[in-house]
Amino acid sequence: MIATHALAAAGGNSPSIPAPHIEYGQLSPMLVVFGAALVGILAEAFLPRRLRAATQLGISLAGLVGGFVAVVVLAAQGHASTRAGLLAMGSVAIDGPALFLQGVILLTAVLAVLTYAEGRLEPRINGHRIDAFAAQAAAVPGGEQEREATREGLRTTEIYPLTLFAVGGMLLFPASNDLLTMFVALEVLSLPLYLMCAIARRRRLLSQEAAVKYFLLGAFASAFFLFGTALLYGYAGSLRLGEIADVVSGVAPVTPALAVTTQNDALLLIGLAMVSVGLLFKVGAVPFHSWTPDVYQGAPTPVTGFMAAATKTAAFGALLRLFYVAFPGIRWDWRPVMWGVAILTMVVGSILAVTQQDVKRLLAYSSIAHAGFILTGLIATDRRGVAAVLFYLLAYSFVTLGAFAVVTLVRDSKGEATHLSSWAGLGRRSPLLAAVFALFLLAFAGIPLTSGFTGKFAVFQAAAGGGAAPLVIVGVLSSAIAAFFYIRVIVLMFFSDPQPSGPAVAVPSALTATTIAFGVLVTLGLGLLPQYFLDLATKASIFIR
Amino acid sequence: MNSLIPLLIAAPLAGAALLLLGGRALDRFGHWIATALAALSCAFGLVLFFDMLGRDTEHRAVTTRLFSWIPVNGFQADVSFQLDQLSIVFVLLITGVGTLIHLYSVGYMAHDERRRRFFAYLNLFLAAMLILVLADNYLLLYVGWEGVGLASYLLIGFWQHKPSAATAAKKAFIVNRVGDLGLSIAIMLMFAEFGSFAFHPVFSAAGDATEGKLTAIGLMLLLAACGKSAQVPLQSWLGDAMEGPTPVSALIHAATMVTAGVYLITRSSAIFDLAPDAQTAVVVVGAVTLLFGAIVGCAKDDIKKALAGSTMSQIGYMIMAAGLGPVGYAFAIMHLVTHGFFKAGLFLGAGSVMHGMNDEVNMRHYGGLRKYMPWTFWTFMAGYAAIIGFPFLSGFFSKDKIIEAALAKGGTEGWILGGCALLGAAVTAFYMTRVVLLTFFGEKRWQPDAEGNEPHPHESPKTMVIPMVVLTFGSLFAGGLFSLGDSFLNFLEPVTGFEEGHSPLNALTVSAIATVCMAAGVGLAWLMYGRSPVPVKPPVGSLLTRAARRDLLQDDFNHAVLVRPGSALAATLVWFDSKGLDGFVNGLAAAIGGLSGRLRRIQTGYVRTYALSMFGGTLVLVASTLLMRSV
Repeated sequence: MIATHALAAAGGNSPSIPAPHIEYGQLSPMLVVFGAALVGILAEAFLPRRLRAATQLGISLAGLVGGFVAVVVLAAQGHASTRAGLLAMGSVAIDGPALFLQGVILLTAVLAVLTYAEGRLEPRINGHRIDAFAAQAAAVPGGEQEREATREGLRTTEIYPLTLFAVGGMLLFPASNDLLTMFVALEVLSLPLYLMCAIARRRRLLSQEAAVKYFLLGAFASAFFLFGTALLYGYAGSLRLGEIADVVSGVAPVTPALAVTTQNDALLLIGLAMVSVGLLFKVGAVPFHSWTPDVYQGAPTPVTGFMAAATKTAAFGALLRLFYVAFPGIRWDWRPVMWGVAILTMVVGSILAVTQQDVKRLLAYSSIAHAGFILTGLIATDRRGVAAVLFYLLAYSFVTLGAFAVVTLVRDSKGEATHLSSWAGLGRRSPLLAAVFALFLLAFAGIPLTSGFTGKFAVFQAAAGGGAAPLVIVGVLSSAIAAFFYIRVIVLMFFSDPQPSGPAVAVPSALTATTIAFGVLVTLGLGLLPQYFLDLATKASIFIR
Repeated sequence: MNSLIPLLIAAPLAGAALLLLGGRALDRFGHWIATALAALSCAFGLVLFFDMLGRDTEHRAVTTRLFSWIPVNGFQADVSFQLDQLSIVFVLLITGVGTLIHLYSVGYMAHDERRRRFFAYLNLFLAAMLILVLADNYLLLYVGWEGVGLASYLLIGFWQHKPSAATAAKKAFIVNRVGDLGLSIAIMLMFAEFGSFAFHPVFSAAGDATEGKLTAIGLMLLLAACGKSAQVPLQSWLGDAMEGPTPVSALIHAATMVTAGVYLITRSSAIFDLAPDAQTAVVVVGAVTLLFGAIVGCAKDDIKKALAGSTMSQIGYMIMAAGLGPVGYAFAIMHLVTHGFFKAGLFLGAGSVMHGMNDEVNMRHYGGLRKYMPWTFWTFMAGYAAIIGFPFLSGFFSKDKIIEAALAKGGTEGWILGGCALLGAAVTAFYMTRVVLLTFFGEKRWQPDAEGNEPHPHESPKTMVIPMVVLTFGSLFAGGLFSLGDSFLNFLEPVTGFEEGHSPLNALTVSAIATVCMAAGVGLAWLMYGRSPVPVKPPVGSLLTRAARRDLLQDDFNHAVLVRPGSALAATLVWFDSKGLDGFVNGLAAAIGGLSGRLRRIQTGYVRTYALSMFGGTLVLVASTLLMRSV
C-alpha cells in the first residue's frame, strides 16, 4: 500500500495559501547579515575598484557586529530562555543553543574577516597592497590574464559578501527547526565556502583542487542528507523536528497514513543515518573526514581558519538540534552508532596527525580529532552534554582562528611556509609568536589553564555522567596521542636549531594582530576564569521544540 | 598589640624580598637595611615580651589569625600565629642574637662581592625561623621548617664557587630532607588521627588516641628533630656546614636551625608525655649525641669543626632534657638560650680569629694570639668559661639542672643518663680547653697561606667586636639571672609544665661533682696541650682519635649503608626504566607512528577514493543503525 501524507500544512478546502507570519525582530541577526551581503554585492557592482576593499571590510564588519548586537539584544530580552520560540511558521527555532552558537559564529566571523583584510604580509606589487586572495579568481592559473591582473594589483573583494552569505547560512543552520530549512541553510553556507576555497593567491592549482574536491564531496553528502530527509518525511509525515519527535515517541495522533508508515522503522532508521551523514560530513567526523586535510591545506589560510571555526560550530549546532529535538525518543538506536563514530573520529584523527609534516594538514587532523571529542559531549544526551558542547565550540573556535592566523605570518619567498621543518627554531627568532602558537597548541592539547582543558573536561565529564565512561577513556587516550604531535611542534619551535634559510615572520598590521590577541585572550580567559561562560552555556542549553 | 606578631615576621621577610629584588642599587647600603630590619623585628619582640609580662599568667598566650590559607571542606589550614611564653623566648633569642650576627656580618662580609645577597639570605633565615616558632599549627610550622632548610642551604653554599661548599650545602639539604619526611608523615598521621593539625585541637585530643599512634607520631617528630638539630643518626651535615661563612655557622648553631628540633619536641610535649616509648627514644638520641659530638670535638683541628662537635653535643643535652618530660622541658629551653649566647660568642670569636689569620682554620697553625687580639680573646674566654660550666656562669646553671633532671629519672636509667651527662661535661671541658690553649696560648705556629702571605693577626673592626662584647654579658650572667628565684622556670611553666625531679643526689652534690668533672677535663687538656709545645703536624693518634677525626666514621657508615645500596637501586631502576618502561613507551609510539603511516595511504588525494570511503561509511552507518534495532 502506498501511503501519502497531506503535503499542505494548512490543509482544508480553502485554495488560497495564507501569508506566512514572520517575526522579523527575532530573525534580525540573520536578516542583518544577509542584508549586509546584498549591500556588499551592490558595492562590488558599482564602486570603483580602489574603494572596494576598504568598503567591503566596513560593510562586513558592520553586518557582523550588527548581527552580534542583535543576538545580544535578543538574549537580553529572554529569547534564549523564557521567550524562546518557534518562528517563521515553525521552521526556525530561536532558543538558547541557537543564540549562543549564533553569537559564537558572528564573533568568529568578525575576527576572520579582520584577517582577510590583512595587506601587510604579501610584498606590494607596483605599489598596490595585496592580500591572501587571488588577483582574479576566474583567470586560468599561470595564464596571461592572471599575470596582468596581478600586475594591476587586483584583489578578489567578492570574498567579503561570500563570507557574509556563508555566515548567514551558518546562523540559520543550528536554528533551523525543520529538515528542509536545515538543508537550505546547509547549502547557503556551503556554496560560498566552495568558492572561497578556490581563490588562494599562491598555489592556485592546489586551491582550486581543494575547492573541487570540497564541492564534489559536499554535494555527495548533501544528497545523502536530502535522501534521508525524504525517508524521514515518508516515515513521520512531517519535516518539523518537533513533529518527527512526536511521531517517533508515539504521542502524535495517529492518522491512517501514519498508522501505515510507522509500522516500518527502517524508514526512520535509514533516514536518520543518512541525515546524520550529511551533518557528520560537515563536522569532519570519520569516515566522512577525508576532504578535511586537502581542503584545509588548499584553501587560503584566513578562509581555512574561518571554515574550521565557524563551520564546525554551525554544523555541531545542527547536529545537536537534530538529535536532541527530533530523535531523543530513539536514542538507544543512534547512541551506539555515534559511539562508534566518536571513537573512530578521535582515534583516527589523532593517529593520522602524528605523521603530518605540513602545519595546515596537522591542524586539519587535529580538527578531526576535536570533532570526536565534541561528539562525546553530544552522546551524553542530557543538558550537561549540550552545555559542554556549546562551551567547547566557543573555546575551540577562538583557538583555531588564532592558530591559523599565526600560520599566515610565518612566510618565505613562496608565501606561507607551512612545512613543519621550516618552523624549526622559530622560538629563537620570534619568541613572542612562537609562544603564542605554543599557547594555542597547548590549548588544543587540553593542558590546564587554557580553554582547551576546560572544554575537554566539560565534554568528558558530561559523557561520563551520561554513562559513556569507556568513551571518555578512549578520549583521554586519544588526547595523549594528540598531545604528542602538538608538543612535537613546540619542541621543534623551541629546541631545534633554526634553518639557515628558514622562513621569516612577517609583521602583521593591527588587523591580524587583533585576531591573534583575541585568540590568546579568550584561550587564557576561558582557561583561568571559565565559570561565567560555563554558566552561560548551561543557561543556554535548553532546546525549544 | 597582636598585630605586631605578623609584623615581626614581615620585617625580615620584606628585607629578604627587597634585597633580592632590589638589584645592584642596594649593593652599597643593603646590608644596613637588613640589619635595621632584624633590629626592628627584635624591637617588636621586646615590645610583645613586655606586653606579655604585663598580663597575668592565664592570659599570656595569644593567637592571631592572619588569613585562611587552604579552606577546603574538612581541611582547614590557616596562617595563624600563636605567641606564648615558649615562642617569645625563641623570638627574643632569634631576633636578638640574629641582629648581633647581622651586625657582625657587616664587618665580616665587608669585602664580599655578593654581600647584599648574603644579607638577604640572613633575613630570610630569620623570617623562616620566626614562622617556625610562631605558627599555631604544624602545617605552617612546616612552612617555616622548610624555609629554614632553604635558607641554610643557600647560606652554607654561599661560597658556591668552592666545590666543598656546594657539596656541604647539598649534604645539609639532603640530610634535612630525611628529617622533613618525618615531620610531614607526623603531620599526616595527626590529620588522620585528629582531623586537624593545629596545636590546640591536636593536644587537647591527644588523650583520646591510642598510645601506639602517639608513639608513631612522636617517633616521626623525633626524626624531624634529628634532621634539623643534627642529632644521631642525622648528624652528618653539621660538620660540613662549616663551609659557610662563619656568621652563618653562628646563626645556625646559636639562634636558629639546630634549636628547631628542641622547639618541636618541647612544643609537642602533650604528645610525648603520653608516649613513653617515644620519650625514651628521645632521651637515647640525646644522650648518644651528647657523647658523640663531644668526642668528635676533641679530635678536630679545625676550630669551627671543633665548635660544631660541641654544638652537636650541647644540643644533645637539650634533646635529652626534653625527652625527660616535664622534669626537663624548661631546662632544655634554658640551656638552649644560654647556649645561644655563648655559642654565638664562641663562633663569632672564631670568625674574628680567622679574619685576623687569613681565613686559616687549623688550630695547629694558631698559637699565642691572646696578645694580638685582646677583645677577641677575652670575649672568647667568657664563652669558654660559660660552656664548660665554670661555677656561677650561664652554662653552669643550665647544665647542672639538666644533669639533675637526668639523675631524677631514677634507677639504673637515671644513673646511666646522669653519668653520660657528667662524662659529657668533662669531655666538654677538655675539648674547649684544648681549643683555647691551641688558639690563644703557647708559641706562634703561624703558617703562610696558599699564596705565601704571612699572617698578621690584628683585632677585628668594631662592628665585629661589639656583638661579641654584647654576647659576653649573656654568657656570663644569663644563667644566673634565669635561675634567680626560678624566674625562667616559672615563666615557662604554663606552657611546658613542670614537675620537681627527685634526684638521688642533692643539687649541691651534683654541682660539686660537675665542677670536679669540669676541672678534670681542663686539667687533662692542660697536661696534653698546655705544658708542652703543640706539634704543627698532628700526631698519628690512637684508633679512637683517628676515628673521631673522621667524625666517628659517620660518612663511611652512611656511604656503606645508604649511598652504595641507594646507587645500586638507582642503577637498577634506571636500567629497568630505559630497557623496560622506555622500551614499552617507545614501542607504543613506534606502533602508533607506524599505524599513522599506514592509515595515511588511504588519504590518496583522489576524490573518487574519498567518495568511496564516504559511501562505505554511510553503508556501515545505516547497517549498524538497523542492526542496533534488531539486536
